Amino acid sequence: MGFELIKHTTNINFLKYRRLAYAASLLVILVGVGSLIVHGGPLYGVDFAGGVSIQVKFNERIDPQRITQALEPVALPGLSVQRFGQERDASYLIRASLPETAQDTIRSQVGKALTDGLNIPFEIQRLETVGPKVGEDLRSAALHAAFVAILLIAIYISGRFEQRWMAAGAMAAGLGGSIWLLNQFGVNVGGMILAALLVTLVLCFVLKLKFALGAVVADIHDVAITIGVFSLLGKEFDLTIVAALLTILGYSLNDTIIVYDRIRENLRDPAHKDASFEKIINDAVNQTLSRTILTAGTALISVLALYVFGGGALHEFALAMIIGIVVGTYSSVFVASPILLDFGKGLDQPKPEIPAKPAATVKVSKKKLKVRIA
Amino acid sequence: MSGRLTWRYVLVSLVALIGILYVLPSMPFVQGGYLAKFLPGDQISLGLDLRGGIHLTLAVDIDKAVANSLSQMAQDIKSFAQDEKIGVYKPESADGKHLEFTLVNPDKKDALEAFLKDKYSILRIDRTEPAEDGKLKYVMSMTPEYKKYMTDLTIDQAVKTIRNRIDQFGVAEPDIRKQADGRIQVQLPGLQDPERAIQIIGQTAHLEFKLVDDESNPEKVKTPPPGREIGVYRYRNPDGSYLEKPIVLKKEAVMTGEYISDARASFDNTNQPYVVLNFNARGAKLFERLTGENIKKRLAIVLDGKVYSAPVIQDKIAGGRASITGHFTVNEARDLAIVLRAGSLPAPVTVLEQRSVGPSLGQESIDKGVFSALVGGLAVIVFMAVYYGFAGVVADVALLLNIVLILAGLALFGATLTLPGIAGIILTIGMAVDANVIIFERIREETKRGLTPHAAMDEGYSRATLTILDANLTTIIAAIVLYQFGTGPIRGFAVTLILGIVASMFTAIFASKVLMDTWLACRKPGAALNI
Repeated sequence: MGFELIKHTTNINFLKYRRLAYAASLLVILVGVGSLIVHGGPLYGVDFAGGVSIQVKFNERIDPQRITQALEPVALPGLSVQRFGQERDASYLIRASLPETAQDTIRSQVGKALTDGLNIPFEIQRLETVGPKVGEDLRSAALHAAFVAILLIAIYISGRFEQRWMAAGAMAAGLGGSIWLLNQFGVNVGGMILAALLVTLVLCFVLKLKFALGAVVADIHDVAITIGVFSLLGKEFDLTIVAALLTILGYSLNDTIIVYDRIRENLRDPAHKDASFEKIINDAVNQTLSRTILTAGTALISVLALYVFGGGALHEFALAMIIGIVVGTYSSVFVASPILLDFGKGLDQPKPEIPAKPAATVKVSKKKLKVRIA
Repeated sequence: MSGRLTWRYVLVSLVALIGILYVLPSMPFVQGGYLAKFLPGDQISLGLDLRGGIHLTLAVDIDKAVANSLSQMAQDIKSFAQDEKIGVYKPESADGKHLEFTLVNPDKKDALEAFLKDKYSILRIDRTEPAEDGKLKYVMSMTPEYKKYMTDLTIDQAVKTIRNRIDQFGVAEPDIRKQADGRIQVQLPGLQDPERAIQIIGQTAHLEFKLVDDESNPEKVKTPPPGREIGVYRYRNPDGSYLEKPIVLKKEAVMTGEYISDARASFDNTNQPYVVLNFNARGAKLFERLTGENIKKRLAIVLDGKVYSAPVIQDKIAGGRASITGHFTVNEARDLAIVLRAGSLPAPVTVLEQRSVGPSLGQESIDKGVFSALVGGLAVIVFMAVYYGFAGVVADVALLLNIVLILAGLALFGATLTLPGIAGIILTIGMAVDANVIIFERIREETKRGLTPHAAMDEGYSRATLTILDANLTTIIAAIVLYQFGTGPIRGFAVTLILGIVASMFTAIFASKVLMDTWLACRKPGAALNI
């Protein structure tokens, strides 16, 4: 017999804390949005902003300030030098905007300046230059990907959660129609994404797809927090971070679906026949709690290994995944499930609500607990 | 043992065996060894970020190609119209998009238009305007169909020329492909010096021979006399820098590089590198005539608009050989010979994006990736075994099989393993056990409710399977979208993620059930499930 971290008899009233959780989530999201506004949007890496990025490995550790000084003759606009990866690696990342003409010769210019200025053996391990046009293209490709992913997932979950593929069809048609309309007016991709999200939320509400609504809200929540934290930490967004964000989207939804599946099972379960919707949700969250935490645990173990040992190039990716897994796990318990109760009220209720009862059960269990302790 | 179990054993062992067969050839300890002879040839191919190399995105300047073609056509229309006794003058392409000329005698309008329709159906008349003295000015442009045809042709030619040059340069497994919007992607594994690669790939290598006008003093001439132009003469200083001086040339090229049949780098008697050109039969005849007619004059050799040398023609040169001296370094002479031999690009190309990774970094990335996969994998394996006991070991076996299948899938489908792809495998290690966690938690729950091990297991697997399929589908959706939009490295991530999820459906659900059923079949009666 193995261990059991979370007993099957666990019965925490998660829904009781939902308002606190909403407030906390909203606060974190707002701080993130505030950080984005203060920084004037996300901090783009070379992939998206264009420019040059050079990874140099020296034979010994060196003060990045000295590298900056050595590079003065090259006159790189917007030059920044940072340590890359672990301290012992003696690797440094040189970043700059790309001077118009230097594209072809930047390597030899930088190489010469470092040789002349530092007199420490070094190796240019990686060099990337991205022209402004390509940066712009990659940015819009990434936004398009996010857009398509949201569309597909919204349509999939609206059909999937309530076995209402007609509603999913209506959802697809509604989304497609409004996107087409916006396209006619020449709205940019960023605007389209916002619009698609809004349309999805409104359609979920109108079509009474409360599970889909909850899942989409939880997804937006997770990605928004990850982006916000990244902005707060001053981390750059590049292609691998977009990959991480889309993976987080999938992971968080995965988590939410497991809990929702249990809620739907409980709705059909004869043992829950007289239970309120609130109790059904709470039971489902508790029943899947062990799995939720274990899976987050194993996923975190592997991503932490990547964060610590994976080297500089995957450092940021692993960080985004760590944030996303933690937030995604939190949101499937504290956001996605409670939202069914709050947003779902106006939607089709499977059962009439019996208010006072769940609160009473909790009180009873607390009393029992006190008695036992006493 | 039940008969139902037998075919499942066969299937699982078969899949595992095939997986291992396809993984082994990529393992360093097998490569080149005795065992390799008996294994499939497919190996996991590594992306540029892991093996080192250069990735370039080039833009072909289509507008320039169109402009060149228009001004050439304007000249041709003038001379062909003259053959038809139609007077046309001032042929030009001022803006690079339109072709203009003026008809001397408006009475010949019908004859001219009939001629244009017959010979130049690829052009259309945009408008005609009255010019001075009752003459008629024609403004024409390419038809959209021809423009599209020409765009495609130009890019195809550029791809062909670049491939030619790279082949001559000698790079193993280069990958050159057309992309949308007149772009070309070039991948050169193992190559180290991106500047030299760009020099070889990006040089237009448009070679012209022009006569030098020694009567005009280049220092004094501000605006060149008619039919003349001011060129740039490039001298190389001993310290490697260049000095550029003006030189007055006759505008019309007396010969171009299209007649070159071969070009080689060679050394003269002072050990200076230079490039020897061989012309084909037609070029040789042309060169003999032009040198014969211009003895004691200077002939400038102009490469991409710069004069490399301008020797005085001492005598008629027969045999179709010429040389370009220009104080080259050895590499410069060799590279110039390559580009001249491979032919000129139909239009200039510019580098939009370059990414180069040194081989030491690639190996470092692999080592670090493998190490973190080992650490993460071991931690997960130990955790599962401790937490779930025997069932955890079953999940671990399923996990190992999963990793084998991902790697085998990469080799089998010829997919590329990139650095983010390694991250995808590590992520899969953490996420693939999820399916077993869901199943085991359910079995524990059912056991608590008093079900027998057999019933609890059946209940656990059957209830969890659909949930797992559903939940994983969302990750697959995200991964497919990533694959669609992603560039090389990100695609590698999407591929390993998709392979990992698909494989986990087989390993975590099907294969682990086979192992659990085996335990059920072999257990002592009444033994409790170790989960």
